[in-house]
Amino acid sequence: MSAILEVAHVSKRFAMGGVLSRRHVEAVNDASFAIEEGQPEVFTIVGESGSGKTTLARMMLGLELPTTGEIRLSGRSMADRRGRAAKIEFMRHAQPVFQNPFEAFNPLKRVDRYLDASARVLLGARGRGAIDAAMDVALHKVGLSLAEVRGRYAHELSGGQLQRVAIARALIPNPEILVADEPVSMVDASLRMSIVNLLRDLRDNLNVTVIYITHDLATAYYISDRIIIMQKGYIVEMGPAQTILESPEHPYARLLKESVLPVDDPGRERVQAPDRSLALAAAENSGSGRLVPRTGGRSVRMNAE
Amino acid sequence: MADVLTVAGLKAYYQTNYFGVQREVRAVDDISITVRADEVYGIAGESSSGKTTLIKTFAGAIHPPLRIVGGSMRYRFDGQEIDPYAVSAEELNRLRWRHVSYIMQGSMSVLNPVRRIHRSFADFAFSHMDLPKARFWQAVEEHLERLSLSPDVLRGYPHELSGGMRQRVTIALATVCRPGFIIADEPTTALDVVVQKDVLALLDDIRRTLKSSVVFVTHDMSVHANMADRIGIMYAGRIVEEGPTRALFTAPKHPYTAHLVASLPRIGDATRKPALGGRPPALSDPPGGCRFHPRCPLAIDKCRTEVPPLETVGADHRSACWRSAEVEPLTPPSGASGEEVA
Repeated sequence: MSAILEVAHVSKRFAMGGVLSRRHVEAVNDASFAIEEGQPEVFTIVGESGSGKTTLARMMLGLELPTTGEIRLSGRSMADRRGRAAKIEFMRHAQPVFQNPFEAFNPLKRVDRYLDASARVLLGARGRGAIDAAMDVALHKVGLSLAEVRGRYAHELSGGQLQRVAIARALIPNPEILVADEPVSMVDASLRMSIVNLLRDLRDNLNVTVIYITHDLATAYYISDRIIIMQKGYIVEMGPAQTILESPEHPYARLLKESVLPVDDPGRERVQAPDRSLALAAAENSGSGRLVPRTGGRSVRMNAE
Repeated sequence: MADVLTVAGLKAYYQTNYFGVQREVRAVDDISITVRADEVYGIAGESSSGKTTLIKTFAGAIHPPLRIVGGSMRYRFDGQEIDPYAVSAEELNRLRWRHVSYIMQGSMSVLNPVRRIHRSFADFAFSHMDLPKARFWQAVEEHLERLSLSPDVLRGYPHELSGGMRQRVTIALATVCRPGFIIADEPTTALDVVVQKDVLALLDDIRRTLKSSVVFVTHDMSVHANMADRIGIMYAGRIVEEGPTRALFTAPKHPYTAHLVASLPRIGDATRKPALGGRPPALSDPPGGCRFHPRCPLAIDKCRTEVPPLETVGADHRSACWRSAEVEPLTPPSGASGEEVA
């Protein structure tokens, strides 16, 4: 069994400030995991803003190159992504879905233009008939049809529909991997579950692995197979999603879970501010710790001693 | 308990007339609610449900093309009745911030980005506090301390603070005059889970201290479950259900509420949640009858033609549904591959 996507000891460092005040920020530190071929899953990356989850996603899409370490997509290193043909080849395997569908689509262009361009460039479809067929197939996968979408502008569709179109566009080259960065946070409450359910169906019916990036632990529990929890660039806990979210072990994972607002006992209790002291203390030592395998298939970052 | 805000039959429409084409968007259509003293009234609704227009009318911030077309609105502070649309601009200004304050979603757009934060405090609050300058800054610093914020934040610029910190500063700004009525418009929507809980705890704490009423607007039902005493559910410009938080969550009497509650994902439950089909209606051309009927699983012919009134269905509980008696809490079918509610 080989890995479709392999992330091996990847770190990313950004330089900030001018020549004299230069500082370096470690956005991602020594991340390693692999997504196996033939085992479609929803792989979730959870963390607060600044935890490095989006940087990690951008590296998986080849939008950033790791400072150290290597990312291999279908056995080929992302560092080989040079030239148009090689880039397109990579893009066929991994496709993005962004947070805000209203920003992802140009308001002055018809949305089907994006589908059309993806079909031409990524799928290599030639001729009106073949392109239309490719667009229609992709739209049907997300519960829409070309007749509904053709000629429409972004403002003519609801947030949920537009996000479906964005997912359909990503599905045109039949990628093995879909990287979805907060795909539901800008979608209305009554439409949100239909998008989340759609991601679940992509895994179950189309064998697409979805890399789901979020800070919403409740939807993460709902759709994820595996999860990694990131704190300040470090993976602090990694493993089966339901095991981890039911009983997190790392102090930061516990803090995240405690911060989820309970809905099973509605009515006004005093809302207590979460206690971060243990998580902050753990963050101090993340650099000297390492991921230690624990029971239930998970690994937790622990101190060296 | 006295009512702080009484709204009856309020209609606020956006009316435009360009090149002879008249358009009317009925963003707030016949809303009657009361907000009591010392309670948190949650307003839930998705985008374009009219919730932002509703709280604009509460704040007395009506500018064309938005017009109040009908209905009445009355505040009662210290035994004095105030109709924000009958008083002079000067009196309205006195009402604002002293009695009615507003916590906005985008903390970055509240605080002036090119001026230090103490300038924002001076701009917003100084004229409303009637204190000499030295006493004013003393009061501001005492207030910040009560919110566990260091007075040092006053000297900083907004961009120097994290998103959560900025939102806490805007809460401090909105509560420094000890208002009796606080409007909070999605104050935690852009924040991470941990920071969100921090900010909610702060807001909860300060309103208990001040004994203010809060109108809390968010589309996130899990926030309402933890903050609100009563919730009003808005759909396409109308309140479709209103009731005590627990009753809405355990025994919703409107199909839309039932769906909102049932679709909430919870940790420990991975059974398939139902999703609602269709899309929210455009307010410029809402469907006739009950505006939810095109998406409603219980719709009957009557729903298509007659608007259901908001009627009492239980203790303190009102619902606008012809079939409210038949609405059951939607418990998702466990194990089954739940279908989308058409």
